[in-house]
Formats: sequence, structure tokens, C-alpha cells
Amino acid sequence: MGTLVIVEHNNQKMHPVTRHVLSAAKQCDGSIVCLVVGFNCQSVVTEVSTTEGVGRVFVADQANYEHQMAENLAPLVVALAAPFQSILVSSSTFGKNLLPRVAALLDVAQVSDVVNFIDSKTVDHTIYAGNAIETVRILDEKNLLTIRATAFDSINGSQSPAAIEKIENNIALEKSKLIQSQLNQSSRPELTQAKIIVSGGRGLQNQQNFQLIEQLADVLGAAVGASRAAVDAGFVPNDYQVGQTGKVVAPMLYFAIGISGAVQHLAGMKDSKVIVAINKDEDAPIMQIATYSLVGDLFDILPKLTEQLRSHSS
Amino acid sequence: MKILVAVKRVIDPYVKIRVKPDQSGVELKNVKMSMNPFDEIALEEALRLREKQIAKEVVIVSIGPTECQETLRNGLALGADRAILVSTDTVHCCLNIAKILQHITLQEQADLVLMGKQSIDGDNNQTPQMLAAILGWPQATFASKIDIDASNMQVTREVDGGLDTIAVQLPAVVSTDLRLNEPRYASLPNIMKAKQKQLDVIPLDSLNLSLKPHIEILAIKAPSIRQGGVKLDSVEDLIDKLKNEARVL
Repeated sequence: MGTLVIVEHNNQKMHPVTRHVLSAAKQCDGSIVCLVVGFNCQSVVTEVSTTEGVGRVFVADQANYEHQMAENLAPLVVALAAPFQSILVSSSTFGKNLLPRVAALLDVAQVSDVVNFIDSKTVDHTIYAGNAIETVRILDEKNLLTIRATAFDSINGSQSPAAIEKIENNIALEKSKLIQSQLNQSSRPELTQAKIIVSGGRGLQNQQNFQLIEQLADVLGAAVGASRAAVDAGFVPNDYQVGQTGKVVAPMLYFAIGISGAVQHLAGMKDSKVIVAINKDEDAPIMQIATYSLVGDLFDILPKLTEQLRSHSS
Repeated sequence: MKILVAVKRVIDPYVKIRVKPDQSGVELKNVKMSMNPFDEIALEEALRLREKQIAKEVVIVSIGPTECQETLRNGLALGADRAILVSTDTVHCCLNIAKILQHITLQEQADLVLMGKQSIDGDNNQTPQMLAAILGWPQATFASKIDIDASNMQVTREVDGGLDTIAVQLPAVVSTDLRLNEPRYASLPNIMKAKQKQLDVIPLDSLNLSLKPHIEILAIKAPSIRQGGVKLDSVEDLIDKLKNEARVL
């Protein structure tokens, strides 16, 4: 009885969150088998098979799987599920779209956003936007879990390639299809992978001023984030949002600038290693949890900070 | 077209929750309860589809104790035509909720099920996908735009890193994300009118579904509280600390 890890990828590269899921899989019993489903995804297979700890790779490479829709991926995973005690995927939009569908077809429960393993049937996962941790025991024979990547280390080691097994099962996609995919292009690092994140909130006042956040981020090589308030006010697009309803991040260094620290935002960033808060209100909730805080007008502080960091780095 | 909207009664999003010291759960006594905000968005979308005459009827359903009638009355005041409460005092896992909703969906012969992508208590984000699976229907999760034309629907989905637009055949299950719309408020006349609308209470036992427990909740704990650090006086101080104390620059 091993563990099946469903690999998240774009047919070219494995998404880095999968490396965190692999680290979670190490805490389950038995060997790790990775499943790569896609189309013309050979480079992903090579990357996965040479990642440390992977015992075997299943590959389903068919045109029907190109866009990785849950409607035909779920029955494929079900067809392969029998030998596995655990099936793991990242708690990203990909994993959350897919795994509940697999679970229902197998008639078993699924646990979302797992952050800790207690024993082979007992896990901790976050509820109430991270304001509570629920410990659950799984009563079904199989454990279907989405893994919160920020709670587990990334596996970065390599190995000589694991055995690759081709899966011929080709399930047609009948009732749904992808029309268009608009991915946001940015030269900055992706939020969930960045070592440094600079986030701005309502305190920035308008879209124009948000450039101050971007300038600081660029000096630091950081990703840009935002609070829900800033997104709702239209300063930045939705995928910048850090928080319960946006992305959950845990970088080495997180700047919260002009962000008061609503519960919903804190839920998305409170596991960051170092938090810097810049706010004019010294009683703002963000100031209570920040490692370092500066009280004052961000329009004074931010340009100074950017300028001094620029001269430090040059 | 008939739309079924599933709504859950949850702790109001603006209430700061308190975990009970004995780890048995979250304090619900004397706490303000509301309709799950994502479900409110689902209901709003259903009402707009009816106003555009794409939908004929909007039925709302909730599963839970008697108090859920209050949530359903609120939904009726917002404009739903009819409400169903499947009454049960047991807390069910997502899979069992999906099975109950499957029964109601088929009984009502709904063409479209709309519901929030997750409830803000359990944060599971499972029930819509599970319901779609056991119905054998396609799913469109995390919807930020819905266009319906005859039996075809196009849904824009909020995914990590951008937006996906998919075409989905009806009948289907759609789970709604925050940016789909801004829900309306109930007007006083509509609140009065809602009291006359039909609200059927069906005891769960009478449905004869075979539901078994799939997970057991052992404890609900408060997360460790992050300790705040130092208040600094200047940008120079901050850069110094980040370089020499935290060593992150």
C-alpha cells in the first residue's frame, strides 16, 4: 500500500508545489508513485522521475488530457487507485478542483488543506481561515488529502530516474472543454514560490500609488501581493490577493504595507518567517504579529526604503 | 430552466471566532449567524439569471438544524421562489452533504446547481465537485463569470495564476467565487413577503439515504499565536535588522 501523488504541471514543467506534496508523501506509509496526466508532457515525466524519493512514475499522455479537466482526470485516478492507501495533491485550484471528484467516485471522504500528519489515519487541517486547526481521523480505507504546500518543505534533491510506466487508459472528455486560458504574465516571481513578498493594502489609496509597492518589490526581486481591500478597490488584479480567499504564502520575508491585517489577510501570510509591517496606525492588528514594525506615513517611508535598498544592492 | 441553490448557515464572516478551551469545537452560543457569503453570491447569480428570463424558478436548499429556516427565510427575502430544509441535528461530512443534495437535485429536476466554492467555517471546497461527480454532471468551479445560451454554458474560472474559460453542457454544478457579483440586500417589503413563501421541512431520516460517517473529528484547536516583535524608529533601523538580525536580505 503506497502513496499516489498527482503531479501538478503545465505539460512542460512540474509546478514547484508538487515538491512540497512529495515531502508530505514521505510521511505516509509505503513507496511514492507519481501520476503525470497531460499531453506531450515528456519533459515533466523526466523531471518527476529524477526527483528524490519518487519510486515510480505513471504517465497518461493523451490529447484528451491536455487541459487536465476534472471530468476525465477523476475517473482515470479512480481506475489507478486500488493499490494505494493515500492519494495526495496540492491544495491549489488544480488539486481542489480534482480530488473531491475522485473521492466522491471512490465513495470516500477527502480532507482539505492538511498541515500535519499525526499517524497513518489522523491529520491536522486548517478551518475557519486558519483561525482553528481541526484534527480528524479518517474512517475510510483510503486517505485522500489535499496538502497545504506552505506547511511542508520542498524536496529539491535529485536521483537516477525512477521506473516509468505508461498508462493507456484514454478517457474522452464529453461534457466540458477548455475555451481559453488567460495566464497573467509577469517577470516577477510567483507569489506562492517567492522568497520575498511585498504586499500593499488600502493604505496605498489608489492604483497609481501601488507602483511604490512594485518599485520596492523590483529592488528586492520580490513578488507583489495585496490585501482583499486593495483588490476590491481595483488597485490590482485578483490573483495578487493574499489571504483566506486568495493565496496562502509563507516566504522568508513578507512586507505588509498599508495593510491593517484583517483576519482574512493574516490567514494567508502569518506563517511567513519574518514579517515587516508599515502602517500609520500603531494599533492595527498587523502590528501585533509583525517581527518588525514601522509606524508612520507609508508615502514617506516607502520611497526612502526603496532608495536605500537600491543603494545597498548596487 | 430550474436552478437549485445550496446555502449553508455559518458564523457571520465579521465575527471573530473563539475555539472552546476543551477543544470540542468553536463557540456558537450567542454568536451571530449568516448565510455563507459564497452561497449569497450563488443565490444572487441565480436571481439575475431569472431576471434575464434564462431561469424560471430558483429553489434554495439548506441542510441542518431548525435554525437554518432563518437563513432560508433570508434567501426568500432576497428573491428565491421556494425553500427546502433537510432537517438534521448531525454534522455531516461533505460527501454525505453531496449525497443529500444529489437526492434533492433529482427530486427537483434542477438543470443547474449553484453554490459557493466553499463555506467559511470548514473551508473544505469539496461539496460542489462531489455533487457533480455522483450526479455524473460536469463541474465549473470558482466561477467569476457565467454565460448561458440554450443548453450550453460558458464559465470563467479563477485559477492560480489567471483565468480559465470553459464550455460546459447542462445540467451542471457551478461553484461561485467572490468576484462573480455583488449580492443585493433584502428590502423591507420583500422581507415581509418572504414570510408567505413556501418553505418545506423534510426530515433527513425520511429520505432513506444510506449515509455512514467517513471522518471523525477528534479536536479543534486554536492555532499558536504569533508573537509580535519590535517597533522600529527608522528605515535605517529596519534595513539593519533585516540584514544583521533576521539575515533575510
